Amino acid sequence: MNFDNQMSLAFSAKSENEGFARSTVAAFCVKLEPTLNEINDIKTAVSEAVTNSIVHAYNKESLGKVIINVGILKNEVYITISDFGKGIDNIELARQPFYTTKPEEERSGMGFTVMEAFMNSLEVKNNKDGGVTVSMKKVIGSDRG
Amino acid sequence: MKISYTVINNSLHVSFDGELDEYSANYVRNNLDNLIEENLARNIKQVVLDLAGLTFMDSTGVGVLLGRFKKFNKMDTVIYIKNPSKHIDKILKMTGVYSIIPKIA
Repeated sequence: MNFDNQMSLAFSAKSENEGFARSTVAAFCVKLEPTLNEINDIKTAVSEAVTNSIVHAYNKESLGKVIINVGILKNEVYITISDFGKGIDNIELARQPFYTTKPEEERSGMGFTVMEAFMNSLEVKNNKDGGVTVSMKKVIGSDRG
Repeated sequence: MKISYTVINNSLHVSFDGELDEYSANYVRNNLDNLIEENLARNIKQVVLDLAGLTFMDSTGVGVLLGRFKKFNKMDTVIYIKNPSKHIDKILKMTGVYSIIPKIA
């Protein structure tokens, strides 16, 4: 896709980078003049995807990388978040509300549900060479009525 | 993340200042559990989580809150939420938290 504007971010899969990742993506989108609600939707969705990479893909152990690409086309924001971790066994199941592979860790199992609710589209797939890519789109200006 | 609290009669009132995500989850979890332990002698019957100073929360935070409900429930302590921001309110509604931890004014 030919974007009007683009940026990429690569960082270690450490939870201390979550705030940095979501704030940076949000800051990049500011030129589209999103509402506070839209910015919070984006920040939350990014946070959910990055948490999945840290907690599930890398199991909080190996220091893998998370890559975020953001593209802007007119009033639409396209975000992909990729890791190189262990992938998801059953994506359909993983996307079900309250489903978690780590109930002992007090996980809500609502990550994908939140991403789906807060963004206009969500696609989750295992990469051919390992890891997961989450692709999301947010249309800015659609909640202004 | 900073957590502060006051005890009034049998009620523990907890305030947050910061963001609740994967990074701060363990700190918040341990801190809330310790508060209850430390105040056992005061016979805490009610915990009010004042979220006014919470500037961000995602579904990891939802897990932390529901985990506290389970833990406090076993101790016969009721738990409430108050003053969530508009966005945190949206997450709490969406994930059904209020059916387990009621919101109070």
